[in-house]
Amino acid sequence: MYWAPMPIDADAVQFRAMARRCLTLDIAPPKVSFASPDAASLFDRVPEVDAPASFSVPKAYAELLKLAICHQAPDRFSLLYDVLWRIRHGEASLADNPADAAVARLNDYAHNVRRDIHKMHAFLRFREQRVDDRTVFTSWFEPKHFILHEAVPFFVDRFSTMEWFIATPIGTAAWNGSELVYGPPAERTPPPADAVLDETWLTYYRTTFNPARLRLKALATEMPRHYWVNMPETQLIPAMVAGSGRRLQEMAARAPDLAPRFAGKIAARPAAPLPPVADALSAVKEEIAHCRRCLLHCAATQAVPGEGPADAALMLVGEQPGDAEDLAGRPFVGPAGQLLDRALAEAGLDRDRLYLTNAVKHFKYEPRGKRRIHQRPNAGEVQSCKWWLNREIALVRPRLIVALGATAAGALSGRAVSVTKERGPMSFGEAQGFVTVHPSFLLRLPDDSAREREYRNFVADLGRVASA
Amino acid sequence: MPLSLLRKLEILADAAKYDASCASSGGAKRNARDGGIGSTTGAGICHAYTPDGRCVSLLKILLTNFCRYDCAYCVSRRSSNVERARLSVAEVVQLTLDLYRRNCIEGLFLSSGIARSEDDTMSDLVAVAKTLRLEHGFKGYIHLKTIPGADERLIGEAGLYADRLSLNMELPTEAALKAYAPEKDLGAMKKGLATTRSCIEAAFGEAKPARGRIGRVAPRRFAPAGQSTQVIVGADRSSDITILRSSAALYSSYDLKRVYYSAFSPTGHPSAALPDIATPLLREHRLYQADWLLRFYGFDLRDLEQATPEGMLSLEIDPKLAWALAHRGDFPLDVNKAPRERLLRVPGLGVRAVDRIIAARRLAALGLADIARLAGAIGRARPFIVTRDWRPRSLLDDGALRRKLTPRAKQLELFG
Repeated sequence: MYWAPMPIDADAVQFRAMARRCLTLDIAPPKVSFASPDAASLFDRVPEVDAPASFSVPKAYAELLKLAICHQAPDRFSLLYDVLWRIRHGEASLADNPADAAVARLNDYAHNVRRDIHKMHAFLRFREQRVDDRTVFTSWFEPKHFILHEAVPFFVDRFSTMEWFIATPIGTAAWNGSELVYGPPAERTPPPADAVLDETWLTYYRTTFNPARLRLKALATEMPRHYWVNMPETQLIPAMVAGSGRRLQEMAARAPDLAPRFAGKIAARPAAPLPPVADALSAVKEEIAHCRRCLLHCAATQAVPGEGPADAALMLVGEQPGDAEDLAGRPFVGPAGQLLDRALAEAGLDRDRLYLTNAVKHFKYEPRGKRRIHQRPNAGEVQSCKWWLNREIALVRPRLIVALGATAAGALSGRAVSVTKERGPMSFGEAQGFVTVHPSFLLRLPDDSAREREYRNFVADLGRVASA
Repeated sequence: MPLSLLRKLEILADAAKYDASCASSGGAKRNARDGGIGSTTGAGICHAYTPDGRCVSLLKILLTNFCRYDCAYCVSRRSSNVERARLSVAEVVQLTLDLYRRNCIEGLFLSSGIARSEDDTMSDLVAVAKTLRLEHGFKGYIHLKTIPGADERLIGEAGLYADRLSLNMELPTEAALKAYAPEKDLGAMKKGLATTRSCIEAAFGEAKPARGRIGRVAPRRFAPAGQSTQVIVGADRSSDITILRSSAALYSSYDLKRVYYSAFSPTGHPSAALPDIATPLLREHRLYQADWLLRFYGFDLRDLEQATPEGMLSLEIDPKLAWALAHRGDFPLDVNKAPRERLLRVPGLGVRAVDRIIAARRLAALGLADIARLAGAIGRARPFIVTRDWRPRSLLDDGALRRKLTPRAKQLELFG
């Protein structure tokens, strides 16, 4: 049995040196006791070795060591050595096994250390002081574990342009704007006064509390009492808790507020006059924006009315707005719209001279996580929305209406249309029409050659429409 | 007599405290090594907790609580008799920096009543963020409200300085909005969310591959911590499933990082239209659990509909357990074999526990004690799993299972 002297605050460097010695001498974990160098021991010291073995450890172990070594529990050394020994004796991926008892314990230690570091970043409070001619921010903090070196770089990142000094029972850290200096353990001194911390901060803390939501368990777990000594606001907690019941009773007993005078004045203000409507088509678009003829408006952002000159000779009718159109409030601006733009250009058609619209004016979709999956509008929705399409047609009076896809063709003809079978000229009531595919059909085709062929057919259709 | 700065802080922090969001996480990592002040690590820090159990991460404050609107649930509605105040841009900047230097906060959460126009209000919010960033080199976290109906260009500017933008829907349906906030324009609110999403995506779209370099250059910074919204629970009579349906639509439509649920809370300034009665906090908690199931556990709305026969989540048991009890035929699951998406459906196993189980079972067949260690607790999971050394016998058929798994009402803890 050997004695491996380890100071209680030993860091990873000290532990690694000792572990290397033990491994070189082939000392199994049960045969070594890690204990304070000050305590008397019955066992022989681990002998010095001239050339301790050098070896690499798995990444998971190195990470575990970095944090677990900061824990205050004295048995962390023997646990770390035990896991290291087993890694070196056939259990290479042991540190990755959270079900192993020793690893689980060390994971707990690492977790506690990480939490302590996090709490130091959260709960440390600086007080502004004048020292000589300089402004220095000072702080007293009592961490639970040996975390000073792991926790302090955060404050350098954050407060690099301030001069500050952090004192703790395990050491101090001083930053002068360019250099970080660690010092020996310190003792608590009475905190200097700081108006911002003692007045502004306490006022804010007291006010942001909602007495109707008392949840003391969350307070106790998230802000353990251990840390309260560093935090001036915690002195308010007992009175805040004690007073919350009375505040609630007072609130419950209050009659509805009498409105202040300015409220009546605002309510009496006449509504802003609606902007004058330029023409009948704009008026229809304004009405479409408020359409409640079916339920599709509930989940959509906005109605997407048609777009284009009121005297357009050609009207293109798609199915419904998609994700991009729903956000922008304009038809054919998404992927299918971009493809349509390309095809129109190739067919010699100027988009600005066409009237583009959809059979259905709201986007119908099913939410799936962060995306919206397009859903085909049903016959009822198409029927409800036909009202608007008819009014657009009546006002624009295009020479030719092009139905893009089956939904548009169905809406315009009033019957089920198969685009594959009936592609080409078709009369929509009194109006002359033409049926072709919807550009989104081209986007859905899986293979390149089919897509290219269908795209050519689509451009050819638009060409026929252009010369009609 | 003009109000003191402390009194204004008191009035405007009191008016802002009903907003549940205080997150300071997500987004870009920054530090002040090259000057300025502040840092963000991406993880978010809660600098204190009050006895309401909510964290204090940001200085959460209104620029003004003067408001033209009259929303029944809001303490700052024009018909409320609260004391009114207004902070100047310089005062908010000073308060933020003062508290930040003392390590009390991660940054600023700034909202406002709409005293004059939507555009004026939005410009003032932007001015605060811009001053902090450009004049003081502030690298901490900034959360700004976007004001429905404000000019798109102002929202476009807000995202250049803010880490997060948010716009609160407050009520889950148009009918509720009509009843309690009749002057609000639902369309303008949705368009506001749509504008922010479009701005975020446009910023990403501009990121072009760098010449001579592999990969893409970092996207332009636009609200790097994304956008969020809040819904008040229990002010109107909407059911839980109605609220969740609205959330699912919002998440899918506007790329929201979070939908916050805020149990309606008395303000001390009741409106005649809405009694000052608190919604149970447990209802809010169950909604968060259901929201998590939708986002991280592979549940969809239909699953939740099955677990909420009356449209309401059970207050007694959590929604995953409610779902599992309604689907006993799917259990027990062998934790040593079941795929991840099935394990995520086991009551009592969180995402972390499931990932640990999957890592550990590659090395050895797991027993019940292993699961207890990996999951932290085993009570709720036990009737639903099979391990190397455990198989539930009659438990799953036991009609009393629900009763067994229902936690007993705990006494309110007191301390002082």
